[in-house]
Amino acid sequence: MRVLKQIVAVTWLNLRNLPQRVGSSVVAVIGVAAVVLVFAAVLSMAKGFERTMISAGSDDTAIIMRSGSTSELNSGISNDQALIVANAPGVLKDGDSAVISAELYVVVDVKKKSTNTDANVPFRGIQSGAFAVRNNVAMVEGRMFETGKNEIIVGRAAQQEFAGLDTGSTIRFGQTEWQIVGVFEAQGSVSESELWTDVRVLQNAYRRGNFFQSVRAKLQSSASLPELEAALEADPRIDPDVMSEREYYSGQAEPLSRFIKLIGYPLTILMSIGAVFGALNSMYSSVSVRGKEIATLRALGFGPISILFSTMIESTLLALVGGVVGGAIAFLAFNGFQVSTLNGASFSQVVFDFAVTPDLLINGLYAALIIGAFGGLFPAIRAARLPVAQALREL
Amino acid sequence: MKYFRLIWKNAWRKKIRTSLTVLSVFVAFLLFALLSALGFAFRGGVDVADAERLIVIDKISLINPLPMSYRNRIAATEGVESVTHASWFGGYYQDPRNQFGQFPVDPESYFDMYPEFNMPAEQFEAFKRNRTGAVVGREIADTYGWKVGDQIPIQATIWTRADGGRTWEFQLEGIFSTDDPRGSSALMLFQYDYFEEARAFGKGTVGWYILRVSKGADPVQVANAIDLQFANSPNETETSTEAAFAQSFTKQFGNIALIVTLILGAVFFTLLLVSGNTMSQSVRERISELAVLKTLGFSDPAVLGIVLSESILIMLMGGLLGLGLGWLLIQGLAQQMAAFLPGIFLSPAAMAGGVAMMIGAGILAGIFPALKAMRLSIIDALARA
Amino acid sequence: MSDILAKLRGVSRIYQKGKEKVEVLHELDLEIPKGDFIAIMGPSGSGKTTLLNLLGGLDKPTAGTVNVGGAELSSMSNSQLSHWRSTNVGFIFQFYNLLPVLTALRNVELPLLLTDFSSKERVKRASIALDIVGLADRAKHYPRELSGGQEQRVAIARAIVSDPSLLLCDEPTGDLDRETADEILRLLQVLNREHGKTIVMVTHDAQAADYANRTLHCDKGTLEAREAA
Repeated sequence: MRVLKQIVAVTWLNLRNLPQRVGSSVVAVIGVAAVVLVFAAVLSMAKGFERTMISAGSDDTAIIMRSGSTSELNSGISNDQALIVANAPGVLKDGDSAVISAELYVVVDVKKKSTNTDANVPFRGIQSGAFAVRNNVAMVEGRMFETGKNEIIVGRAAQQEFAGLDTGSTIRFGQTEWQIVGVFEAQGSVSESELWTDVRVLQNAYRRGNFFQSVRAKLQSSASLPELEAALEADPRIDPDVMSEREYYSGQAEPLSRFIKLIGYPLTILMSIGAVFGALNSMYSSVSVRGKEIATLRALGFGPISILFSTMIESTLLALVGGVVGGAIAFLAFNGFQVSTLNGASFSQVVFDFAVTPDLLINGLYAALIIGAFGGLFPAIRAARLPVAQALREL
Repeated sequence: MKYFRLIWKNAWRKKIRTSLTVLSVFVAFLLFALLSALGFAFRGGVDVADAERLIVIDKISLINPLPMSYRNRIAATEGVESVTHASWFGGYYQDPRNQFGQFPVDPESYFDMYPEFNMPAEQFEAFKRNRTGAVVGREIADTYGWKVGDQIPIQATIWTRADGGRTWEFQLEGIFSTDDPRGSSALMLFQYDYFEEARAFGKGTVGWYILRVSKGADPVQVANAIDLQFANSPNETETSTEAAFAQSFTKQFGNIALIVTLILGAVFFTLLLVSGNTMSQSVRERISELAVLKTLGFSDPAVLGIVLSESILIMLMGGLLGLGLGWLLIQGLAQQMAAFLPGIFLSPAAMAGGVAMMIGAGILAGIFPALKAMRLSIIDALARA
Repeated sequence: MSDILAKLRGVSRIYQKGKEKVEVLHELDLEIPKGDFIAIMGPSGSGKTTLLNLLGGLDKPTAGTVNVGGAELSSMSNSQLSHWRSTNVGFIFQFYNLLPVLTALRNVELPLLLTDFSSKERVKRASIALDIVGLADRAKHYPRELSGGQEQRVAIARAIVSDPSLLLCDEPTGDLDRETADEILRLLQVLNREHGKTIVMVTHDAQAADYANRTLHCDKGTLEAREAA
């Protein structure tokens, strides 16, 4: 169609003389790049945090805590109650014994390597079923601790973030000394931010008697959860909250993740508005510089539609370039960068990576497109409406 | 001064261009205001911490309670003027997401320790007299729409009652606030006696102690003396100043300050580009006019000054608007987020810093065009025209 | 008889154009008495604009001396020259060179910003200057709202507002039609005969040169007098 041909021709012309307008074009590109960079960086924190938390939880593991506890730390389960869970329907059995792990954790102070100040790290006591109830944990260095001894295994992420956790070293909490005998990995999930030991030893050291905070039970299948839940809730001796581990960790992740997004999205919107102003500025100046050229094209018979669209396309392309540049920098600089922060819900540190995911980058490109479109619209209209005769007279 | 008209008129030469630049500056400084206030909140009250108050916690972990018996021993330590205590209740109101600080305390000694909290005398008396009474800070009362006399049920997540229940009922006897605009009173206080009597476990313990150091005593020495007393006991203590205590939390948030700085850095870098581009276009367009000024007798430094002033003026226009709107928004935001993240505040220091940045950015954005203007050859410029 | 306002002795001006040296003025001598009105004519590139620039302290000679009103321009620094210009010279250009963002009054006021006069005093003097050129009723208009002739008159007002003794005009009527040009030239005559301003005018136009007292011809860097016809 004629109009389409015109649009293509004028757009090509615009782009070919872009080098003459390098200054303002570069400004527009960098403005958009900055927005996409900040957007990707901030939201990749939320993504990375969520990923760490959620990958920890599996669908075929149930976690049982005292009803109403908002997290393990607030919960309390007695030994008898743990046994009730072990014997409940829906729980996977390995021969005669149930695959469960009754656990409890305390928060201890360990120095963070990056700031050399104390941080709250979870110190968890586990039972022999702890590896089995979780899908993704494996020892990678040293050996498992011996029951009854003051021995600890540490998560790989914890070892990287916090000081003094190398295999073979000794660490002291309060009056007690502990030996670090091995390292485990859990596919980057939150378990890797923890220190683990025998639950009986932990109970003694922290005078918790025979109490736990939670019981993790491997389900016969993910469909067995309702059965287990019903059985436990019907039992008067226990007042439980039963949920899949995945659901639990999603809940734990929610506050911090929501907070990061609460900051991240408004920040991005505000920056985008700024970028639109910058893009508008660039495009207006671009149009005014091209004034005579546009007038000449009009005089030659190119319609106003072709001028309008070609200007908008130029603006959008510049913005897209900015989006790609910003996304690329975000990916190269931040993806995989390890960081740790305090998760209020668990009152302890969670170690996670920035995760610059494809969908984040695509969202960034959408933002760039929108900025480009808005930044080009009014200048494009002005360009299309340029009074031809007057502009030509100035030639 | 007398050059203002010239500078102002030149700045608005191309209205749309200047407006857009001013708007970009506006957005940048609005962001600056908001992020500064947020950063302030993350400092967790470090700036308002009282230098004479010390916090005593269990050495192993904050969440381990301390024996009640420690109170007298701490009070008896040399250099300690007064002692009080508080504990973390950790409940929620109606919905698990409605969490804020609730603390069982000894009313008389607690309010003595925190004189910045103000409440009408009758309300305080009523609170002391009512074993199940509670008082809340203004931010909390506003968030949930509570009035004095209301019945407030709080769901406990940690502290089940001895009777098995988890709902703790309180009567709201008073609403208090803090004089310091940087501080926060987003908390609820109730009677320790009630807490002690009705809780199912943990009797005879408190969460932490707060003490005031006597005039002239060295806080560090007093802190060491206290910790020494309880060394090698089942509950060893760690005593630090209130400021250090607050900081130990904010440090755990990783380097919030760094992240904020990096974001602002990206924003300002872009801003400088936009304004720099505007200024250089503006100068390029009026080379001949600047040459004429020189023929009229304006010296080279004067021309430099005129161009720089224009750049700074644009920054100030947008920046002051941005800071102003930011300040307004923060008043509202601080109120909204009080229960969740207290202490959002735009400090005078931050504002002064912002103005300094406006001037600095104005100079940076305008310096190259200004130098070009200063150095232009009158003859060449006029010949070109 | 009358004093000499400007004296040029052995003035040469050589420009470096890449590898070549171009001599625009060659050992030129010139004396301009006070109250004189000289027209300088000549082909393009003959150096007439350069001569004007030297008289106005906008350029320095490669050799020789330029003395205006007792000030030795060739030995003054840039900032000294700036200062000197503000009270001793008025320029009038072919394309007026008014600041488009200021009104006529404010354009005329510009040179006075360099003085210590109060705001009231500056406005008063600028109004007087506008009155002299006959544009008092256009004080609040912007250059774009004025005709070419009116703009040039504002430029003249600006040139005389700080009461300089010397007015330098570079093709002042080059962009105007015959009738308007004559108005401007008559105005220049008034400034010369009734207000005692010394005027040096560079022009292409022989009819414009007629308004001056005498005409000099500039060719290949030297000046020659030719009697006014």
